[in-house]
Parts: sequence; structure tokens; C-alpha cells
Amino acid sequence: MNKPFVTLAALAILAIPVSAQADRAWLLPSSTSLSGSEEWITIDAGMSDNLFVADHAAMRLDNLVITAPDGSVLAPQNLTRGRYRSTFDVHLTQSGTYKIANVSSGINARYTLDGEARRWRGPVADYPAALPAGATGVEATINANRIETFVTLGAPTDTVFAPTGVGLELTPVTHPADLAVGDAGRFRLLRDGQPAAGLTVTIGRGAARYRDAPEDMTATTDAGGEFSVIWPEAGMYWLNAMVRTDAAGAAPASTVQYSGVVEVLP
Amino acid sequence: MRQLPLILTTAAAAAVSGSAMAADLTVSVEIPRLTVATYHRPYVAVWIERPDSTAVRTLSVWYEVSNVAEGKDWLKDMRTWWRRGGRSLSLPMDGVSSATKAPGRHAVSVPAARLRDLSAGDYVLVVEAAREQGGREAVRVPFRWGAANTARASGTTELGAVSVTVTR
Repeated sequence: MNKPFVTLAALAILAIPVSAQADRAWLLPSSTSLSGSEEWITIDAGMSDNLFVADHAAMRLDNLVITAPDGSVLAPQNLTRGRYRSTFDVHLTQSGTYKIANVSSGINARYTLDGEARRWRGPVADYPAALPAGATGVEATINANRIETFVTLGAPTDTVFAPTGVGLELTPVTHPADLAVGDAGRFRLLRDGQPAAGLTVTIGRGAARYRDAPEDMTATTDAGGEFSVIWPEAGMYWLNAMVRTDAAGAAPASTVQYSGVVEVLP
Repeated sequence: MRQLPLILTTAAAAAVSGSAMAADLTVSVEIPRLTVATYHRPYVAVWIERPDSTAVRTLSVWYEVSNVAEGKDWLKDMRTWWRRGGRSLSLPMDGVSSATKAPGRHAVSVPAARLRDLSAGDYVLVVEAAREQGGREAVRVPFRWGAANTARASGTTELGAVSVTVTR
């Protein structure tokens, strides 16, 4: 009779770190398709359950990389971290497609030292050397996140789509500047540079506050790592996929995640 | 009830008198007079598509050409045209770009030489208008290239009557 309650309690405890990760991370650009010889855009960066609503946590932008069409790396302008969202501007001075990405990784470890439960968090490279001698019962998880969006000034280009070969990455098959309501958008997910087959992709649309149903969609990547979405409405969409791997021998567990934002126009 | 564009009559007369006209394709676009608090003339793009919506050629773009610094910033608001080919053009372009137009009927006459490489067949003429602090509308007019014909359609918000006349 007591057993189900024990199980529930155990589940609840397990659920805590999972729900902490469940906040959706987004880089929300003010525009994704622009004309003119040069333009400014502003980007909000936050984490929240409600897509693109800054009501939970600002994103740390220590690992922000803005790649211009010619491959050069741009510095963000006017970067500010507010309580619920960080914000920065990007000055677009060349025609083509830009990639704005926040790519982070780290490792969380739980261990016991002298009978006391402890935690350590740090760069993957420091593990396990950074753990104190005598640590026992070590449970570690690598968290790797790529959060990104694309912006195009003038005619689109695809130089920024070249994958780095590290982590979970998205290569657009349909250009992000070509997404229109009613059309299909096709994308490829790569894990460490190889097609990521059989992944579940969550596709969420913003402005959920103004409707009753969340209207999230899901898709599954095929053998080539590709999935497609037929856009039911215009709006800003969030694409997310995650790969969890259990610990194996000395290799820690890992959670590798991709979150991208694209705009679908009428 | 909107009146038929005057150009229809003219084109019909020209067809009767043979290929006297310089243009083989004439488009008439009506910009409606709107009673709104803040009115700015719309940006308008006129282009030819195939029936599968792939763009063939932009015939005309009316935008704030005199504003060299910022006039092109709002070309993207003609979203369909921008996505289907506008963004690949280098503007201003002779014979294509011109200033925005006042409410009324405007004719775009395309000289035969400009459409020399357009093979005979079915096409769609699209007119898209986007107005500052206003709306956006695209009107599609299917027509046939290669024989004399006239086709027309009408917008409901940002555009009035649109007609396409092929004279030979």
C-alpha cells in the first residue's frame, strides 16, 4: 500500500533536474529578413516555458558567436543582461545570411566525500581532475547546448550553415529566409557532424498566451537526419531536439540539445 | 462596383490596329484612395511568375527611390515579392524602379524587347502593395503569353483593379 507513494516521491525528486532543463531557451531576433544596404537588429535571449515571453530567466551570453556571411565573427553591440532576458544588437553591414549562436557545454557532477553529498560544476576539460581525491559515488552529466537563430540581409547565402562537427547542429535544407505559411520547411540535424536519425523534434510557436492550446508539433528525423514541418501559421517558431546518453564506464552521461528559432512569414 | 481600367479599351483598339503599340504587355494597376489618418503611398512590386509560383521577372518596383539611405529598407515588406526574387535584384534598376505613385490608375508598359526570352505559355502577373502603417495585399492575374488576351482581377484593401493585356 505504501509502495506507490514511495515510487511517486522518488519520481518527484528525479523530476527536479529535468524540469529545470525544460525551460525553453531562445534567441529571438527583431527581424529575420531585411532589405537595404545595412541594418541593425536586436535580439532577446531568455529561457521560459512560454516561448519568447521574457518571464523566467535571462540567458548568459558568455559563449555568443555571431557569424557573418563572409565567415567573420561579429561582436554583439549594446549587450545587457536584464532580470528576465538578455539583449544585444547586431549591425548587419554585408548582404547575406548571418548565424547567431550561443554554444555552451559543461559538466555537472554529484559525489560523496567524507560521507557528505557534494556537487561540482565546471568545464568538461576539468573533469574528473577537478574532483577532490577520495570522492566516491560520482555521477556526472555533460550538458551541451546550441541555441541559435538566423538573420538575412538582402539575398540569402548558406555559408554559415557549414557544421562545426561538434554537438547537435541544424543544417537548413529549406533556407530560413524562405519559410512561408502553408509551405514545408525541411531541415537536417547532425550529431557530431553525422546525420542524427530517429530524433524527436519539438516545434513550438510563439504567442501561446493568446490561445488556449500550446499547439506544439513534433517530427521525427529520418535516416538522413532530416525532418520537415508544414507551417500552419505565420509566426516565430522554436525547433528543439535532445539526445540523452547514459554513462558508460568512465564516460559520463550526456545531454546534448539544439534549440533554434526561425520565422515563418505570411 | 469598380470601373474597368481605361487601358482595356485602349488595348483593344491597339489589337485591332495591329502591332502599332510599342509594348506587347501592358499592366494596369489601380491604387485605391484610402481615407485614413496617416496615408503614405504604398510600395508596389509587379512581377511575372510561372503557375508554380516561381518568379520569372520583376517588371516594376515603386519605392522611395529618392531616399538613397533608407528607401530600400522597406522593400522586404512586399514579402512575397521579396522572397520570390526581389531580394536578389540590385536596385535601383533602369526601367524597373521608380518613385511611389499616388492613388489612381497607373500603366506599366513593357517593351517587347524586354520579354523576348519569355517562351509562350501560361503565366501569372502578380502585383503586391505594402503601405507604411497600412496593410499588404497581393493580386494574382493568370494570363497567357504568346497570343493576344486580356485578364483582370481586383484587390480588396491595398489594391484596386489590376489588368494584364497582351497585344500579340
